Amino acid sequence: MGDRLRLSAALVAVVVLTALVAPVAWPLDEQAVDLAAKLRPPSWAHPFGTDEVGRDLLLRCVHGLRVSLLVGVVAALAATVVGTAVGTLAGALGGWADRVVMRLVDLFSSVPHLLLGIFVVAMFRPGVWPVVASVAVTHWLSTARIVRAELLSLRTRPYVDAAISGGASRWRVTVRHLLPAVLPRAGLAAVLMVPHAIWHESALSFLGLGLPAHTASLGSMAQAARGTLLAGQWWPTLFPGLFIIVPTLAVAGLAGAWRERLDPRRRSELAL
Amino acid sequence: MSALPWGAMARMTGRRLLAAVPVLAVVTFAVFAVAAASPFDPAYAGSSGPVAGRDVLDQVRRNLGADRPFAVRWWEWVTHALAGDLGDSATLRQPVSQVIGERIGWSVLLCGVAFVLAVVAGTVLGVLAARRRGGLFDKAVTALSYMLEAAPPFWIGLLAVWLFALRLDVLPAGGLTDTGSDAVTAGQVLPHLVLPACVLAVTQLPWFVLYVRQGVGDALAEDPVRGARARGLGERTVLLGHALRSGLLPVLTLIGSRVPELITGALLVETVFSWPGIASATVEAATSVDFPLLAALTVLATAAVLLGNLLSDLLYGLADPRVAHEGM
Repeated sequence: MGDRLRLSAALVAVVVLTALVAPVAWPLDEQAVDLAAKLRPPSWAHPFGTDEVGRDLLLRCVHGLRVSLLVGVVAALAATVVGTAVGTLAGALGGWADRVVMRLVDLFSSVPHLLLGIFVVAMFRPGVWPVVASVAVTHWLSTARIVRAELLSLRTRPYVDAAISGGASRWRVTVRHLLPAVLPRAGLAAVLMVPHAIWHESALSFLGLGLPAHTASLGSMAQAARGTLLAGQWWPTLFPGLFIIVPTLAVAGLAGAWRERLDPRRRSELAL
Repeated sequence: MSALPWGAMARMTGRRLLAAVPVLAVVTFAVFAVAAASPFDPAYAGSSGPVAGRDVLDQVRRNLGADRPFAVRWWEWVTHALAGDLGDSATLRQPVSQVIGERIGWSVLLCGVAFVLAVVAGTVLGVLAARRRGGLFDKAVTALSYMLEAAPPFWIGLLAVWLFALRLDVLPAGGLTDTGSDAVTAGQVLPHLVLPACVLAVTQLPWFVLYVRQGVGDALAEDPVRGARARGLGERTVLLGHALRSGLLPVLTLIGSRVPELITGALLVETVFSWPGIASATVEAATSVDFPLLAALTVLATAAVLLGNLLSDLLYGLADPRVAHEGM
């Protein structure tokens, strides 16, 4: 367990540092075209090989990781803010507000995530913000459920009763006594959502509905690689995918360790 | 086993169908509202928009009814849809109902085969892993499951194409039939089905493996199993007769709720393999902003999810008689 935590934390650190520092430390142009060196297999000069116009794939993967991570973090934050707000509304007010909100959650969960995302992006033209919006629109549900459930159980605690009988307003009870207690869970949900958001963004980009094709994003690189794959060049497809898997596994490991700390009794190893 | 509670199940199905009406109404209304808020002009869809003059575009908008409020258009769409007319697809130049009719069978075939493969393989692997938790096989299966869960389906699909269609040259890379052959025969479709169905199954596999492993593993640690062992029953009887029954049923009842993930997987897998199903039509409709097609397919997917939930709850009530169908 300790080993898993350390390994995941190290991996997350490596991923984040790579995305943040590498493009600054080595300010190379990831769009630099070198037609003489197109579709070279992995070598010492190009560890991941080159793509169909001779761009270095390692460089593009690092930049793609940066773009995907950035979009993923922003989108996960947006979804968490929406989910926490909605969950708090339902959990703190209760009654009809709760019923309306939970109906809404049921409604949203009956449309498949990626399909809803595709619809939103298709209607608002592909780009960074529609992608962020489509992740936020589809991923707030789980956070809202978690926050609401937590608030409902907190509302019956003695310290909340004490605050209410002490004359605290509903607003004050919510903001001072209830919200701080749910924030760790919402934070955990947000961290767990980052890989989902990256997944979502790369799937949209792969379908040609995400970021513009020339942007180095992990999904659009896999999309661009489709043409050369059938000619036998596997490296433009393989490496972007690995760059999606590694951060996902690292974050999942880290979140698992965090959850064990939050709730040591729960032995289940499954995700939320 | 006592007689099945047919009456209760029928009543629950009826209630759910009634409850689905407002859900579908709200989803379609939201679809029209989003389309109305989007900067996209339907007059440009699939027509010679950029070269047409202003008056022509205005006429096209009038013909399409795009100059009226979206609530009016929504109501018109609903009334027409109830009569079986879903409008015309702008890019495929076909009635939407015809597009769906032609393609839905292929999607159901692909998803059905993939789902059965995933359930069978997931159960076998999950039970084998649960038998000796912490063992070498368990560790390998769990690690592989997490890895597959993290891998994007389109990436698995592309690598499968590279390996099986290109390197080994044993299976076709995509499509429904060989190029140059128009006849859709079972002999043509079957080899083309293998790769996409296996890839879709692999994307659904991790969830089954991990849940079956958890369910059966927990059941193995419970009193009935301990009792069976104490009575000296064989390992096979304990595993198949006791642990599997109590550990597997709750998992199998959940399979109906996997419909959203199956649709998500199908969207990507059908696109990778150029499978002529409705999921790949959805992606095409989205890239060319074919609103009538996209709206109908979104509603169809929602209906499929609701149906999956119903199936899930019906099975749950059957598997666990303590859960009454009445309350759901």
